[in-house]
Amino acid sequence: MKRDDMNADHQHHEHPAISYGKFVGVWLALLMLTALTVAASGLQLHVVGVVTAACVATLKTLLVLYIFMHLMYEERIFKIALAVGVATLAVFIALTFADFPFR
Amino acid sequence: MSNAANLTFSQPTRHMTQETHHDYTGSKLGMWIFLVTEMLLFGGLFLVYAVYRYMHPADFHNAAQDLNVFIGTVNTCILLTSSLTMALSIATLQKGQRQAAVWLLLTTILLGIIFLVNKYFEWTAKIHHGIYPNSAEMLRFPQGEILFFGLYYVMTGLHGVHVVAGVVLLSIMVNVIRRKPCDVHVFGAASPGPAGVRRLTLTDATGHEMWTSEGIGELIDSVSVVVNYRPSEGRMRPQDYVALENCGLYWHLVDIIWIFLFPLFYLIT
Repeated sequence: MKRDDMNADHQHHEHPAISYGKFVGVWLALLMLTALTVAASGLQLHVVGVVTAACVATLKTLLVLYIFMHLMYEERIFKIALAVGVATLAVFIALTFADFPFR
Repeated sequence: MSNAANLTFSQPTRHMTQETHHDYTGSKLGMWIFLVTEMLLFGGLFLVYAVYRYMHPADFHNAAQDLNVFIGTVNTCILLTSSLTMALSIATLQKGQRQAAVWLLLTTILLGIIFLVNKYFEWTAKIHHGIYPNSAEMLRFPQGEILFFGLYYVMTGLHGVHVVAGVVLLSIMVNVIRRKPCDVHVFGAASPGPAGVRRLTLTDATGHEMWTSEGIGELIDSVSVVVNYRPSEGRMRPQDYVALENCGLYWHLVDIIWIFLFPLFYLIT
C-alpha cells in the first residue's frame, strides 16, 4: 500500500490485508458451527449438550475476534485489554458460583 | 498531490500551520476498551441468567420450548452474514475500492434491519400469546418461567437496541466513506499591523493568479484558509478508514453477543 506522508504518522503498523477468501472461509465455518449446535441440541445430550454449546460459542467468538475483528494482527496491548476484561468477568462468575450455591 | 496551486499573500504575513493529528492505534484501542465494558454489561446479565437457570433448571427448559428455534437460527445466519459483509467492506476500502465498500456496507445495514424485523415478528407473536412482563397470563407461570421470559425480553431487547445503534452508526459511515479520504489543513494568517487593503491570492505554479480574496482591511484581524486534500483512491491510509474499522468492531461485538444469546435461549430444550 502506498503511503502519503503528508501527515507524519509513523507510529502505527499496518496489518496485512486479509484475503477475501479467508473471510468467506471463516463465514462458512461459522455457519457450519451454528448448524452443529442446532443439531446437537436436538439430541437431548444434557450436560454434554451444554458443554458442546459453550465450546462451539467460544470457538465462534474466537473466529470473529481473531479474523473479522483483526485481533490476530493487532499489537499486544489490544490482547491485554481484552484479557483484563475477560479475567474480570471470570472473577465475577467464580465468586458468584463460590457463594450462592451454599446459601 | 500536484503542486498546481500555491497560496501566497499579497503582502507577506506570518504563516501558521495547524495539522490534524491522527492516532490510528489509539483510536482503535479506545474502541476495544469500550467493547470490553460492553462485554462486562452483557456478562453481568449472562451471570444472572446462569444463576437463575441453576436454581430453576426444569422451568428454563420448559419455557425455552416456547421459543421458535427456526427464527432464532435464521437470525443467527443473518447476523453472521452481516459480519462477513462488514469485514469485506473494510477489506475492500483498504484496497481503495470505495464503491464496493459502500455497497457491502449497505448490505450489512439491510441485514441488520432484516434481523430487527424478524425480532419484531417474534416478539409480537409472544405478546399475542399473552407472554410479556407482568401479563396476567405470565403471572400464572411457575417462578422460573417468569424469570426466563423476563431475561429473554431484557437481554434480546438490549441486544436489539445495540443492533439499532449499529445500523445508525453504519448509516453515518456510508456518508463518511463517500466523502473520504479527505485531509483538512487549516492555515491561519494573522494580519496585524498598519492599515491598507491587502488581498489573499491563489496562484498556480507559473505565478498566474487563479483567485483573489476580497480586500483585507484593518477591521479584519485574521484570515484562515482551509485546504481539503483528497488523495486518489490508490492512496488510502489506515487513518482514513479507522472510523469504519471502529464501527465494524462494534458490529462484530453485537454479533458475538448474539452467538451466546442464541444457544442460551433457543437451544436448551
